[in-house]
Amino acid sequence: MEILVCARRVPDTSENEIELNSAGNDIERDELVYSINEPDNYAVEEALQIVARIGGNVTVVTVGGEDDEEILRREMAMGANHGVLITDEAFSGSDARGIATILKAFVRKGNYDLILTGVQAEDGGAQVGGMLAAMLDYPFASLVNSIEVLEGRKLKVSREIEGGNKEMNEIDLPCVLSIQTGINEPRYVGMRGIRAVASVPIPTFGASELGVDPGAVGQAAAKVKRVDYFVPALGKGAEMLKGSREENVDKVLELVAAKGGLK
Amino acid sequence: MARIFAYIVHKAGVADDSAAQLAAAAKKIDPAASPTALLTGWGADLNAACSALRASYAEIWTISNEALAYPNAELIRKALVKVLPPGSIVLVAHEHFGIDLAPGLSIKLNSAFVSDVLDIGGIEGSDLKVVRQEFGGQVSAHVRCDISSGAVVTVRPGAFKSLESAPVAVTVVDKSSEVGALTAGRRYLETIVAEAGDVDITKHNVLVSIGRGIQKQENVAIAQDLAEALGAAVSCSRPVVDAKWLGKSRQVGSSGKTVKPKVYLACGISGAFQHLAGLKGSPFLIAINKNPRAPIFQVADVGIVDDILEFLPELTNKVREMHSVAAK
Amino acid sequence: MVEGIQSVSQVTSWLVAGRTLFLVIHILGVACFAYIVAKRLVPLLRAERDLRFDRPLARLEKVFKFWLGQWKHPRYKTAGTLHILIFAGFILLAMRAFTVLIVGVSQNFVMPGFSGRAGHIYDIVTDYAATVVFLCMVVAVIRRLVFKPVRYEVPARFGKAHTADAVFLLGLIAILMVADSLFEAAKAASQSQLGQPVETLAVLSLPWILQIALLPVALATIGKVYAGAYLLHEVTFYFLLCYRPFGIQFHVETSLFNVYFAKLDREILKPVRWGVSDEHLDQVKSFGVKTFEDFTWKHMLDFYSCADCGRCSDNCPSNAVGRPLSPRFLTIKARDYAFQHYPMFGHSDDGSSNGNSKPLIGHLYSEDEIWSCTTCGACEEECPLLVEYIDKIVDLRRGLIDDGNVPQSLQKPLKALESRGNPYGKMEKKKADWANAKEFQQVCQVKTLGKSNGADTLYFVDSITSYDDRIQSIGRATAKILDHVGENFGILGAAERDSGHEVRRFGEELLFTALRDHNVDAIKASGVKRIVTADPHAFNALKHDYKDVPEVEHISQVIAREVKSGKIKFNAVENGDKVYTYHDPCYLGRHNQVYDDPRDVLDAIPGLKRVEMSRSRDRSFCCGGGGLMLFYEPKEEQRMGVKRVQMAAEAGANVIVTACPFCMVNLEDAIKVAGLEGKMTAIDLAELVDQEMVREEQKAV
Repeated sequence: MEILVCARRVPDTSENEIELNSAGNDIERDELVYSINEPDNYAVEEALQIVARIGGNVTVVTVGGEDDEEILRREMAMGANHGVLITDEAFSGSDARGIATILKAFVRKGNYDLILTGVQAEDGGAQVGGMLAAMLDYPFASLVNSIEVLEGRKLKVSREIEGGNKEMNEIDLPCVLSIQTGINEPRYVGMRGIRAVASVPIPTFGASELGVDPGAVGQAAAKVKRVDYFVPALGKGAEMLKGSREENVDKVLELVAAKGGLK
Repeated sequence: MARIFAYIVHKAGVADDSAAQLAAAAKKIDPAASPTALLTGWGADLNAACSALRASYAEIWTISNEALAYPNAELIRKALVKVLPPGSIVLVAHEHFGIDLAPGLSIKLNSAFVSDVLDIGGIEGSDLKVVRQEFGGQVSAHVRCDISSGAVVTVRPGAFKSLESAPVAVTVVDKSSEVGALTAGRRYLETIVAEAGDVDITKHNVLVSIGRGIQKQENVAIAQDLAEALGAAVSCSRPVVDAKWLGKSRQVGSSGKTVKPKVYLACGISGAFQHLAGLKGSPFLIAINKNPRAPIFQVADVGIVDDILEFLPELTNKVREMHSVAAK
Repeated sequence: MVEGIQSVSQVTSWLVAGRTLFLVIHILGVACFAYIVAKRLVPLLRAERDLRFDRPLARLEKVFKFWLGQWKHPRYKTAGTLHILIFAGFILLAMRAFTVLIVGVSQNFVMPGFSGRAGHIYDIVTDYAATVVFLCMVVAVIRRLVFKPVRYEVPARFGKAHTADAVFLLGLIAILMVADSLFEAAKAASQSQLGQPVETLAVLSLPWILQIALLPVALATIGKVYAGAYLLHEVTFYFLLCYRPFGIQFHVETSLFNVYFAKLDREILKPVRWGVSDEHLDQVKSFGVKTFEDFTWKHMLDFYSCADCGRCSDNCPSNAVGRPLSPRFLTIKARDYAFQHYPMFGHSDDGSSNGNSKPLIGHLYSEDEIWSCTTCGACEEECPLLVEYIDKIVDLRRGLIDDGNVPQSLQKPLKALESRGNPYGKMEKKKADWANAKEFQQVCQVKTLGKSNGADTLYFVDSITSYDDRIQSIGRATAKILDHVGENFGILGAAERDSGHEVRRFGEELLFTALRDHNVDAIKASGVKRIVTADPHAFNALKHDYKDVPEVEHISQVIAREVKSGKIKFNAVENGDKVYTYHDPCYLGRHNQVYDDPRDVLDAIPGLKRVEMSRSRDRSFCCGGGGLMLFYEPKEEQRMGVKRVQMAAEAGANVIVTACPFCMVNLEDAIKVAGLEGKMTAIDLAELVDQEMVREEQKAV
């Protein structure tokens, strides 16, 4: 099975403190460490497990710049067969629809049976996968937490719905799935693996190779634009207790009792 | 001004809470607008849900089709594309169904898409101004969405307060005939209900809820001690289940359980909305977290910046002390 | 002896008649043994290389101390005494045994130089030796069957008990002794009956007793007994010789080699591959031990040499708390694997000896078994045969890392170490926050070394002391002590990365070298002439894992020296209720033999009551481990720290003093979990010294 995973390089939320910069219009990006978007990593692991079972290839693609190559290498160190960087000045500033348009052009150049994305990235959009599927006219399922390959170009997938329940679906190939974290336990990628792929050439594709109309993507074509970042005033937020730990403990106990929480 | 629609999710004849919230969101887009509810389904369930919506919507479009008895987003999308006028603004709740339906819908309608909106600042020119969050809620962003060719907008559940007023007359329009045959490359098979755990967290008045801040499996006992002392139950957020420190039955959130306790102790929980989405009924929320900027402090009633691994055991001791004094 | 045989030809006729038989048995026995040993060597020839042929004198010294001198044995008094006696007996009896064997084919044989008085004395000595060995066998069997020491037990998951096999072997040795004694006794008895000069047997020895029993027996019968005993001796000897390589008794042959080839530089970890330098590591196709043949020949020799004594597992803290790891069975399982896959005849069933070996993890060992080790070194400290464990665990972990088979709980800190240089994912620029806090700067100025800031001494703080709220106080106490003794020191601050000590021991060799190289560059750039640290893991890394860095000391060594020099003086402790005990951190104590300095410091504090736990010094019980081990989630019945604080309570202490930040975290945690809050506290040596130190201001008062 030929599997394509669409991945993205994002600031690592667990190893960064996200703060506003001094100008107050963006986050402080100076000392951020980046890594692959966590759900995308789960997607690659899932793809690797599928091809380990039934054969095939895993390609990881990202839309970005030179810096984004590192996640492709990391996923190749993990076991992905190919890494592809889609890069072009014309693409910068694209919104989700723009990204999906670019990815669609890339998909059309290949012959992929299954396309995976992570369910969402750090901006909480959860949109590229669904858009890509609609553009390609492929069936789509989001929040997938298990995949079983069936006979006859079909998959049985489960979706994570409320209450921890699982919605079982049968879906035809080729299709697009957005993968939820916890679907598997991603393998460790060690320094050795990363070093081994450090000099592997990574093919790049630009607007002309993909046949993408630059006017359809990029900043100018984006219909959704972020104006700024801000931290809302903690106006009606919590009443913060300021006492010593002992005083806070007493206060909490008092409140719990007052709200009917003690027998 | 484009027409505003709200796609309503319903189950077993009951419309989701988000129905009224979407109406409120529509009002923020255009105070003069009267949003139209969109309902798909089949049979008695559909009818019952439709009746329930009369309080929030002046016009309801229904699509009744046997294929839609179970809400399969792939099929529903095809149906909606057939009935929605070009340039419409479609609101959907940002939860598992909305995430499934909405992005693809925006493409098929050839309109813009913006997701998980927390606040709407109205329309300026051809832009809809909204507020979103990024980085797990650590920062907010003002976003503009060009709605000149329509838009699909998913709305964060609970972000918009339902409005009180009831519309004067309700028109129900049956759009079933416009839809035609519905098939898709994805077919619903069944729903596997989550295993009932040893504890039903939905039945407890007080929940001691833990998040990533508990750090390791062996520290879960600290929360269990407190829960025991309080006669409460331990619940948790997603990362705790992902790490397999507690079973799925303990998870509170949009993909976990919905709980309505009187008191909710959020310990080491950052406050991602997917978790908070599982809290209903406005419990008294006490948040304890090491990080003073954790988003949970924006929604909690009382907040304490402290290490839960130190704070909880002391709280447990105090509770036990109190009980032993009372026993004398 | 010669006269005895010649003059009792009736008696010896049987012996002479049996010469052919005996010769055949000799040839068969030796040939069998040679074949068996050759087969046992096969896997070693397929194994990875191990460079152990250097420094023969140092190696011989070890042989003298540990093999001949049985140095480790007395650590277990009863078994140790028994074994020393048995071993001494074997050494003494060796020549006698060979002589007896040769006599069967060459009646008049006598060892050169042993015909006269020397031979006579030797015979007396060996009479007693055989007796002692026999008695030891009896005692040993009784121990096995009646007293059943716990460390010999075999947990169900590791198979059946080894008692039957042990008793069988002990019995065979006893039979050998009896056969030998009977042979001597029969000869002496026949001489006595015939009125010949009797070869004197040692009074009250086994041969002596048997001789007395034989005196009334008919001469012809004695002759049969004589020959029979000989045959029994020869058969038993060769049976044992050929049987030993099939079990733990192989250690009789391999122990000498195992000790000779033992590791000389105990604290230098095995490189990924011997003979491949760091720069060429990318040429190595596979890191670590994944299949049996990835072990080195010396590690395989270790497997053969294990005597199943159980001392390692008896001292292993992982084993004690119910983790899946038992060092003894790590070895025994590997040995059994070798026996099964390299059989005497043909190939093993699954063809794996043809080079298609099955992976060890998942078949022989579980992942948790391998991750459970804290590398405390207690096993290696105990083993009388100097079997090595830490290198094997590290090699197995290298294999797991190479295959990406790492628990999620460890992936996060490893990723953080890679991107941020510390396992907590905290920002580099905050590494010196503990020192730069305003209130602290007023008490003690800690400079961050840089272009404009130099110093003689580097205080290497390492990750946990820099970032953990509680442990930062150890950093501050250490800085204040260095300040007090007038040390011109500084810290690396944001330029410091984690020492990488556990990164290496968890098998991530390349991440370790990246951290190490970064640190070495920073240290060199700082121009310091020596390094001090309060973290024993960093201490061990800087001392043994790092090259080309200045000499490093642990703060306890500095304090001890300054106490002796008088620069540090103490106030008397006030609280008379406090009883202190010192917990030896594994990487300060056992791995680096710094036992006395911390104790000297404590004893220099007037009025401080100190008790010693029964497990102390090189028998100290690991607190649970440090570095990455703090992130691992083991399957265990109890925490190591809890066991340790209970030991402290048993010793009568209510304050545990330690000299390691990881011990502090584990012990403080354990005090709560064990329900000893309020009854026991833990304090770091530096914190205590900082607290009790006499300062100028106080002197003025």
